[in-house]
Amino acid sequence: MEMLINVAETVVADALRGMAAAHPELIVDVENRVIVRADAPVAGKVGLVSGGGSGHEPLHGGFVGPGMLSAACPGEVFTSPVPDQMVRAAAAVDSGAGVLFVVKNYTGDVLNFDMAADLAEDEGIQVAKVLVNDDVAVTDSLYTAGRRGTGATLFVEKLAGAAAEAGMPLERVESIARRVNENSRSFGVALSACSTPAKGSPTFDLPAGELELGVGIHGEPGRERRAMMTSREIADFAVDAVLDDLNPRDPVLVLVNGMGGTPLLELYGFNAEVQRVLGERGVAVARTLVGNYVTSLDMAGASVTLCRVDEELLGLWDAPVRTPGLRWGM
Amino acid sequence: MLDAAFFRRWLAAAAAAVDREADRLTELDSPIGDADHGSNLRRGFTAVVATLESTLENTLEKEPPDTPGAVLSLAGRQLISTVGGASGPLYGTLLRRTGRALGDAPRVARGDLADALRAGADAVAQLGGAAPGDKTMLDALVPAVDALPSSFAAAAEAAVQGALATVPLQARKGRASYLGERSIGHQDPGAASSALLFETLAETAETERAERAERTEAAEGAEGTEGVAGRGGHE
Repeated sequence: MEMLINVAETVVADALRGMAAAHPELIVDVENRVIVRADAPVAGKVGLVSGGGSGHEPLHGGFVGPGMLSAACPGEVFTSPVPDQMVRAAAAVDSGAGVLFVVKNYTGDVLNFDMAADLAEDEGIQVAKVLVNDDVAVTDSLYTAGRRGTGATLFVEKLAGAAAEAGMPLERVESIARRVNENSRSFGVALSACSTPAKGSPTFDLPAGELELGVGIHGEPGRERRAMMTSREIADFAVDAVLDDLNPRDPVLVLVNGMGGTPLLELYGFNAEVQRVLGERGVAVARTLVGNYVTSLDMAGASVTLCRVDEELLGLWDAPVRTPGLRWGM
Repeated sequence: MLDAAFFRRWLAAAAAAVDREADRLTELDSPIGDADHGSNLRRGFTAVVATLESTLENTLEKEPPDTPGAVLSLAGRQLISTVGGASGPLYGTLLRRTGRALGDAPRVARGDLADALRAGADAVAQLGGAAPGDKTMLDALVPAVDALPSSFAAAAEAAVQGALATVPLQARKGRASYLGERSIGHQDPGAASSALLFETLAETAETERAERAERTEAAEGAEGTEGVAGRGGHE
């Protein structure tokens, strides 16, 4: 797999230097691997810090800015960042109102953020954590590391970010983040494996004419492999997998998310099918977002995330946001 | 008895082995993980060696550690600060807790190390919420710790066998667990890297033993007071 890189070892640092050049409104600390909004800490505002392995762009660094994250910590590709980064980020954004860590449920992210929370508290920073675990493809949570954090991370970061921007206190921001996660579910499919810079070739073997159902966002194989399906059939399968678990009474936010290697043309076509299924199942759609937001390097495929929203959550979704990856209303 | 120099030597050997085997570890991590175990551990152990040699600018401690416990604790902290992922905190905790259990004794016996490594393995199990049989590093670590009171070689052999025995297991922890039954048939990369640690521990012990024997021989050959001084001069 040919890649537009120099060497694998500097991929993350190179990207951060490029990000710094493109986004003067952010402070990009290339050496310490922390991306912070330039006006942090904002007086009286709760800090919202997330992070995870690189390779999911624009998540998380592309969601730093007014109305969303205060700071992000990019790790190596598909590898959780280290506690030092998180503590540094927390210290940079804490105004005294405390910091919320948004953590995707992967063993590495959980361990490193837990260590970071301890260290940050030692430095006198009040820290709360919310775990994102929306992936319904992981069915047997008792015998696995539990449901993975995927597309719902965008909803948690946007809605909790809006709550923090509105000046809500830490426990309120935390409870909103938790509520968003509890009301969100995702299901993803892969049409191809992805290639990490370190390996340089696809992380698993997916023959032509087949697809993986129930994939995560780290190039790992999914729950089951089938002969290639049409967009219509995939939408039926993915939406039903989500609805089996979510049972929405309220309207939903819809995220039709590309994995990085699928063109928008296909994603919009897929969204048409997703909306059709939701209509057939009687699910009211409040808002829809289509695009590559929580990606898996160059993997072809898509995921569907639904989030049940009430008036308050919908208001937080509509609130202004200004980040490299998501921007409206300001 | 094992002194701080022994542990520095072991960690350098482990770093060299991780570097040599990085591609194999990453290859093992491809079908059931995310293909980065080798490169992540290489980054971590390279930093450990650099820190121990105090060549890294932002070393955590300026003074070189002079006890086995201090060497392992420093190495563990460096892994936590460098590796990320799950393996950073897990291997970092293993070394830190082992180091803490060794206390500040300037020299420790193999039995002391076995006890300390057991404390380290317990901490790993607690942190990761895993038990032997879950297809994790513990499947190499625990049998190795059990065998260490017999000999270094037995511990290395137990670790290698433990790693191989993960092949038919279904993963219950970490990223491989998402594959369910499809994780069966692959060796756990964390168990494989744990086996490397114990293989290099045995190699380091064997190297030191051979060097001691050589010095003893040389000393006996000298047949005099110099010989006694030579033996006592072991670093």
